[in-house]
Amino acid sequence: MFIAEENTIPASTGFSDSPENLAKHIVRIKHLNVHAGEHHILKNVDLEIPRNKITVLLGPSGCGKTTLLKCMNKLTDLYRELEVSGNIFIEKDDILNTTTNIASIRQKMGLLSQRPYPLPVSIYKNVSYGLKLKGVRDRKLIDFSVEKHLREVGLWEEVKNRLNAPATSLSIGQQQRLCLARGLAVKPSIILADEPTSALDPISSKIIENLFKDLKKHYTIILVTHVLRQAIRLADHAIFMIDGEIIEQGDPEELFKNPQTEGLRAYLVDGN
Amino acid sequence: MITSLVTILSLPLIIGVGLYLKAAPIFDQQSFYSLIFSSQWAPSKGEFGFWPFITGSLYVTLLSFLFTLPVCLLAAIYLTQFSSKKLIKVMHPVIDVLAGLPSVIYGVWGILIIVPFVSDYIAPIFNATSSGYSVLSGGIVLSIMCIPYVLNMLIEVFNTVPVGLREASLSLGATQWESAKHVVIRGNYPGIISAYGLGIAKAFGETIAVMMVVGNVVKVSFNPLEAAYPLPALIANNYGEMLSIPMYDAALMFAAFLLLVIILMFNMIFRYLIHKTKRQ
Amino acid sequence: MRRRQIKILEEKFFVFLSAFMTYSLIVVLAFIILVIFVKGFNALNLDMILKTPEGGYYYGGEGGVLNAIMGSLYIAFGATLIAIFIGMPAALYINVQLIRYRRTQNTIRFFLDALWGIPSIVYGAFGFTLMLFFGMNASLLAGTITVALLISPIMVRTFDEVLSTIPKGLHEATLALGFTRTETAFKVMLKQGFSGFITAILLSFGRGIGDAASVLFTAGYTDNIPVNLDEPAATLPLAIFFQLGSPIPEVRERAFASAVILTVIILIISLGARYLSKRYSRTNLK
Repeated sequence: MFIAEENTIPASTGFSDSPENLAKHIVRIKHLNVHAGEHHILKNVDLEIPRNKITVLLGPSGCGKTTLLKCMNKLTDLYRELEVSGNIFIEKDDILNTTTNIASIRQKMGLLSQRPYPLPVSIYKNVSYGLKLKGVRDRKLIDFSVEKHLREVGLWEEVKNRLNAPATSLSIGQQQRLCLARGLAVKPSIILADEPTSALDPISSKIIENLFKDLKKHYTIILVTHVLRQAIRLADHAIFMIDGEIIEQGDPEELFKNPQTEGLRAYLVDGN
Repeated sequence: MITSLVTILSLPLIIGVGLYLKAAPIFDQQSFYSLIFSSQWAPSKGEFGFWPFITGSLYVTLLSFLFTLPVCLLAAIYLTQFSSKKLIKVMHPVIDVLAGLPSVIYGVWGILIIVPFVSDYIAPIFNATSSGYSVLSGGIVLSIMCIPYVLNMLIEVFNTVPVGLREASLSLGATQWESAKHVVIRGNYPGIISAYGLGIAKAFGETIAVMMVVGNVVKVSFNPLEAAYPLPALIANNYGEMLSIPMYDAALMFAAFLLLVIILMFNMIFRYLIHKTKRQ
Repeated sequence: MRRRQIKILEEKFFVFLSAFMTYSLIVVLAFIILVIFVKGFNALNLDMILKTPEGGYYYGGEGGVLNAIMGSLYIAFGATLIAIFIGMPAALYINVQLIRYRRTQNTIRFFLDALWGIPSIVYGAFGFTLMLFFGMNASLLAGTITVALLISPIMVRTFDEVLSTIPKGLHEATLALGFTRTETAFKVMLKQGFSGFITAILLSFGRGIGDAASVLFTAGYTDNIPVNLDEPAATLPLAIFFQLGSPIPEVRERAFASAVILTVIILIISLGARYLSKRYSRTNLK
């Protein structure tokens, strides 16, 4: 496997690719800027995301949280008007400046969006889609993986008798869990979740939240949310953004109890 | 206000009844079956077998469909999935103008370019001689006329695919092309089939341009380098003499009635499919 | 890794191919227009536009196709006018009276779309039977009515498309102010949808001026500019068609020149429609 060349980040940025830091932080973002024509959507974002933790991105709507999330697996490619510059290291790979194929980088990350987007095929094929793309043909292996990941999201018992039914026949909450299972099936190390519960009923939301708590043993989860309570319940690390800039970040309890900036203080008051 | 709406909506019925009444006398003379499946065409003897014209129409339409199919599908994918905003801005008027050019202009262009091209370059490849006025020329000209029409509908269909679905597919490791294949195409079979179905219906009824390049010879042949005589061309070419030969007018009105029924059916079926998918 | 390379290659190939198809459409359009213009330019002169055919025109003599230009304009104008009278109230009815009945609206739209697909030759044949039924001859009037029938569905659907994007709130607000539904229709919706109205007219007009199969039976052909509704009228598409059938080279050249005239008219109309719809409506932009 091709591995990107040794990064040459000057020490002055406070950025380190020492083995210790690499072991601790799975995503490291440096000087990330995103422009859309006149708009400066992300302004010089520097960020490190801890491994096997839930990192929550918070902020008023339109602050660039979702864009930041989409930069991490380069979905910004779909929006031609966006100009992205800077460095995003996933493990050691700078995904914005690498020759490694983007598809294999994206497979390191599972995506969960605001609304579930099941592919227009059966439940089974939704989960096996990623494996098929990887070129796995072994039927037994695929069967095994489908069952394993449907169990992982607690959907197996509900759908095991109708695996060939169209995925759109599931309820929204089930669909969202299916999308999670589908993402897990490609064996990512990171889960990108963009307000994954905003379209769900409270019970389904609870299920997803509990799943996240379990999943963080094996995965790094980056969660964009606008629900402050959810952030408090889940976060191991919190990042607060306004207007494309990171205002505050750190331990969530510390952050929410003693906000240092006016912006966060105002947001906490409104949010509650 | 309602009167005008009702008038317009009842138009197909009125047209259908009008044409049918005018065509009715022919049924006293010849059975419906022999009208359609007989190849005997001799108006002066009272023999009206439409089979050569029906096959001619089908053949030209089929050929045009073969050209339209890949071009429209690929162009629609490119315009909705890969293209820059700038190109889209250029393509909109291009498609508009292509769709707006009159049939007769396509016919002139076909005579100037396609007909000689077929006779001088295509026919020799197959060691055949052809005047160029052929099913192949008709198919090519027709396909260019149908492309903007089908392409517009495909673009509309593909634009209904939410970006989130493409993002989902990409994040699972698909390339953009794979996403287009799996999500945009597979998820839209009804819409795609409808767009092409409507394209076929349009091609089937197209008159002047085809008539100018297709040769208009009454025979059943499956050589694309030979001439054919599609139904609409038959009607258009013979309106002058149809009143001077008994039953000829009834026969031609029957042809028009046939065209109306076939095309209206195509339109109903595929429009229904499109309307249904749009609402989802 | 091998598999991945194949995938990348596949993507590159198809993206290239589809880009090629897309750009080739621009090339084809340019090619068509270029051919028409280059071929027609030789025979194109002021006489073509300003004179009717004179004696011996069809053997290469003096004259032009003013008869056909005027005939086409008359027919397209007349037909568009009739289509407005039928089409505008129909479109308004769908969007005002039926605003609460989405199902009915959709069913009507479905039928109108299906109507749009009926080929012009069928309209032509129908116009012809109608003409015989009323004992008329091929004339300006018969041609105009036939073309009007042909373009009415286009008029309704194009106009309707714009009207349907007008927010419901506006509609309700005017009703709340005490307007009746009919007043709402003519005062508010028409004003709001004005750009769509113009686009619909231009599109219908363009279709009417370019269509040959519908006027073939119904309008007839003559070397004079018609003065009365019951006189036959020449049309530009048919002028091209007939002149092209001539064995005399000069006459065929003039067919090409007439094609240039028709193309220019159509280009002006369709680009004009595009420009106007862009300029006056924000709803149409995608």
